[in-house]
Amino acid sequence: MEIINIKNLNKSFGKNEVLKGFNLSLVTPGIISILGPNGSGKTTLIKSILGMVIPNSGDIYVNDINIKNNWNYRSLIGYMPQIANFPENLTVKELFNMIKDLQGGLGDEKPFVDLFKLSAHLNKKLGNLSGGTKQKVNFTLTFINDKPIYILDEPITGLDPIALIQVKKILKQEKEKGKTILITTHIMSLVEELSDMIIFLLDGKIYFKGTIKELKEKYTENNMEQALAKIFLNNTTNN
Amino acid sequence: MTNILKSVLLFLLLSFGFNNHFLSQDTIYVCSACETKTITSALNNVNSGGTIIVKEGVYLEKTLIIKKPVNLIGINYPVIDGKNQKKELIVIASDSVSIDGFQIQNVGHSYIEDLAGVRVQRKKYFSITNNIFYNAMYAIYLEYCGNGIVSNNKIIGNAKNEVSSGNGIHAWYCKNLHIENNHIEKHRDGIYFEFVKNSTIIGNISKNNLRYGLHFMFSNNDNYYDNEFINNGAGVAVMFSKEIEMYRNVFADNWGSSSYGLLLKEINDAKIMHNTFTKNTIGIRVEGANRIDYLQNNFIGNGWGIKISGGCYTNKINKNNFIANSFDLSLQSSSNDNNFDGNYWSSYSGYDLNRDKIGDIPYRPVKMFNYIVNRTPETMVLLRSLFIDIINFSEKVSPVFTPVNVFDSKPYMKKIIF
Amino acid sequence: MLKILKYAFFDLIRSRWSYTYFLFYFIITFSLLYLSADLSKVIISLMNIILVLSPLIASIFGVIYYYNSREFTELLLAQPIKRSNIFIGQYLGLVFSLTVSLLLGLLIPFAIYGIFYNSEIWNFVILIIAGVFLTFIFAGFSYNIALHNENKIKGFGFAILIWLLLAVAYDGIFLLALVTFSDYPLEKFALFATALNPIDLSRILILLKLDISALMGYTGAVFNNFFGAAKGMIISGLSLFFWTIIPLAMIIRKSSKKDF
Repeated sequence: MEIINIKNLNKSFGKNEVLKGFNLSLVTPGIISILGPNGSGKTTLIKSILGMVIPNSGDIYVNDINIKNNWNYRSLIGYMPQIANFPENLTVKELFNMIKDLQGGLGDEKPFVDLFKLSAHLNKKLGNLSGGTKQKVNFTLTFINDKPIYILDEPITGLDPIALIQVKKILKQEKEKGKTILITTHIMSLVEELSDMIIFLLDGKIYFKGTIKELKEKYTENNMEQALAKIFLNNTTNN
Repeated sequence: MTNILKSVLLFLLLSFGFNNHFLSQDTIYVCSACETKTITSALNNVNSGGTIIVKEGVYLEKTLIIKKPVNLIGINYPVIDGKNQKKELIVIASDSVSIDGFQIQNVGHSYIEDLAGVRVQRKKYFSITNNIFYNAMYAIYLEYCGNGIVSNNKIIGNAKNEVSSGNGIHAWYCKNLHIENNHIEKHRDGIYFEFVKNSTIIGNISKNNLRYGLHFMFSNNDNYYDNEFINNGAGVAVMFSKEIEMYRNVFADNWGSSSYGLLLKEINDAKIMHNTFTKNTIGIRVEGANRIDYLQNNFIGNGWGIKISGGCYTNKINKNNFIANSFDLSLQSSSNDNNFDGNYWSSYSGYDLNRDKIGDIPYRPVKMFNYIVNRTPETMVLLRSLFIDIINFSEKVSPVFTPVNVFDSKPYMKKIIF
Repeated sequence: MLKILKYAFFDLIRSRWSYTYFLFYFIITFSLLYLSADLSKVIISLMNIILVLSPLIASIFGVIYYYNSREFTELLLAQPIKRSNIFIGQYLGLVFSLTVSLLLGLLIPFAIYGIFYNSEIWNFVILIIAGVFLTFIFAGFSYNIALHNENKIKGFGFAILIWLLLAVAYDGIFLLALVTFSDYPLEKFALFATALNPIDLSRILILLKLDISALMGYTGAVFNNFFGAAKGMIISGLSLFFWTIIPLAMIIRKSSKKDF
C-alpha cells in the first residue's frame, strides 16, 4: 500500500503553472518535511492532497483511494492549518465538540487539554484567546482523533518554548506509532531534529527527495541549509 | 331632521289607521285547510280596510292586484312563488295597503319589461315590512307614490348582468319615503332613487350588488344615515342631485377599476359627515361638485381617499382622518377655492414644536407619484418603492408638477376623535 | 450540513452584530408603536424600513461573515464532509441568525403591545415573510459574490453595488422605461420587470395585502387578472422562492469547483 501516491499532477492558477507533471510516492511512514521557497508549490501540494485545491489533471491516491469526487478519505487525515482563526463566539469546548461531531462523533481532546493546560480556557470564547492559546487549540483539533496521516502547515509558529517541546514530543510519539506526518515549515532546526525524509520543491517540481544524510552527501555539505541553498542557486541561475 | 319627524308621524298615522280597521272590519284567514284557500279570493271578499292573515304554505297565484285598503299579514312566512313565469306578484293599486311577513320569490327576469315582486303604483300610505324577497328582478318597485314605509325586508336577488337585472328597492318620482333596516344583496342597484324628494334611508345594509349599493339620480333633499355599503360594483352614486345629507354610513370593499365608495357627480350643497370609507379603490370620487362639506369622515386603507376631477368649487374638507391610503388625495385640476385644512394625514411627517397638536409645517396631500400614475397607470407597480419616496420628497421640497395651492396648513398630529 | 449550520448559527447569534441588528429593529418597532396609535401607519413605516434595510444588512453580513471565517472554512474543508454542505450550512447559519434578529426585533414589541388580534396582523405577517425572503436572497447574493472574489474590498464593493442597484437604481430605470414607452402596452413588461427584482417582488407581495384597493384601480386586464385573485400572491411568492433557490444553487456550483 502506498500512503500517498500522486501521478502526473498539474495545477495552474490562471497563467501561473504551480505544479507541472508532479509525481510523488510515499510508502514508508515517518515525519516528512516539505521544503521550498515561497511560491514553490508547497501549499498547493498540501491543499491538493486535502482536496481543497482541485487539480487540472492527474490523480491523487491516499491509502490507495482516488480522492477525486470523494470526501470520505479525509477522515484519514488530520490537518492543522497555518492560521488559527476560529469562530469568535464559540467556546473552546464547543469547537472541540464541533470537530468531533464532524468526524463522526469520535475523538478525545482530554490528553491535549491536560498537556497544554487548556482546561481553564475551555469555556472561554475563541475570540478572547491569545495567539499562542489558539495555536494550542489548533494543535489539539488536529490530533483529536487518531489518524494514519497528519498534515501540519507551519505547526510551531507562535508557540512558547514549553509548548514547543511538548509538540515535538507528540510528533515523535505519533511517528513511533507508525503515523505519516507531513510538515511544511521554514524552521530548519525543527526539520533537522525531526525529519525522516525531506522533499524539496522548486517551481512545482521535486528537486530532492530523501533523508537529510543523503542530502548532505549528495551536495557535499555539512549543513542542510547550505545544501538546500545550493540546489536553489544552481537551478535559478541556470534558468 | 324634518324628514325624520315626518316619517315618524307618518308611521304613527299608519299604525293607528290600521288598528282602527282591524277593530271595525272583518278578518279573513287563508291556508290550505281554511275556508279561503287562495289570497286572490281573500282579496275579493275582504272589506275595505280589512285584514287578511295568510298562514304557512306555498301560494301559486296570478298577480295579486290589491285595489282596496287592506292589511296583508303572513304567519311564518307563507311563500308567494312566481315560478319565474315573468309576471309581477303583488301590485298595490290602492292607498293604505300593508304587506307584512311574506316570502316573495321567483319573479323571473325580462329584457322587455321591469318585473317586480311588489309594485306600488301612484299610491300613498303603504307599508312593506318584514318580508323576504328571493330572486326577484325588482323586489320593490315604487312609482309616483309617496308617504310609504319599506322596512326590515330581506332582499336577495341573483343579478347576473346589468341589462337583465333590476334593483332591490326602486323608487321613481316618489316623495316622503322611509326606507329602514333592509338587507339587500345581489341586485343591480341595492336602492335606486330617481326624482325622489324628501326621503330618508336609514340603517340598511346593501352589499354584493352589481352596480351601486345606493343610487341617486335627480333626487333632492334626501338623507341617508347609518347604512352599510359593502363590496358593491361601487358603493353609492349621487348624481345630479342637491342637498343630500350623508351621515354615519360605512363604505367598504368596493373594489374595481372604476369603483369607489361614493361618487359625487354634478351635485351641490351636500353634507358628508361621520362616514367611514374603508378599503375602497377610491373613497370618494368627485366630478363637478360644489359647496360640499366633508367633515369628520374616516378614510382608511383606500386606494385613493378622495379623487377630484373636473371643476369643483367651495368644498370644505376638514377634520377628516386619512389613514394608510395609497394616495390620500388626487386632484386633477387646480385647487380653486377648496379648503383642505385641519385634517389628520397618517403619512404626514412634520413636527409640532409648540405642542398645540397641530403640525408646524403644512402637509401636501397630492404627491408627485400621483401625477405619474395618472399619466402612466402601469407605474402603479412601483407604489411605495424607495425611489418613488425619493421623488415624492424632492417634489415636496419644490413642487413642479403638483398643484402649489393644495395643502393643509393645519394638519393634526394625531388621529381626530369625534 | 445540519452540524455546520448548528455551530455557525450558535456562533453568529451570539455575536454583537446580531444583538445590534435585533436591537435596531426592536427600538424602531417599539418607538413606531409608541409614537403612533395607528397600526396601519406603523406597518407602512416598517415596510419602508424592512424593504431597504434587510437586503442591505444581509448583503453586508454575508460578505463579512464569509471573509471572516475563511481560515476556519479551510479547516472545515479538510474534514470528512461534503464541500457544498459546508457552504450551505454556513449560509443557512448566517441567514437563520439574521432571521431570528429580525423576527424577535419585530415580534417582541408587537407582543408587548399585545397586538395579535387585529385585522392588520396579516399585513404584518406578510411583511415579516417578505423580510425573511429578502434576507435569504441577499445573503445568498453576497455569499456568491464573496465566493467569486478573493479580494475583500472588491467583494464588499460588489455586494453594496448590487444592493444599491436593486434597492434604488432599478426602480428609477424601471420608472423611466414605463414613462418613456407609455404609448405601448406595458402591463406584461411591468409585471415581468417586477419579477426580475426581488425587492420589487417583496414590495408587490406586501402591496397585494396593503394596497390592493389602489392596485385594483388600474383598468388593464393583465393587471386585474394578476392582482385580482390569489394568483398574484401565489406567483410573487413562487418567484421569491425561485430567487431564494438560485443563489443557493450557485453557491453549490461554485463551491464544488473553487480552489481554497
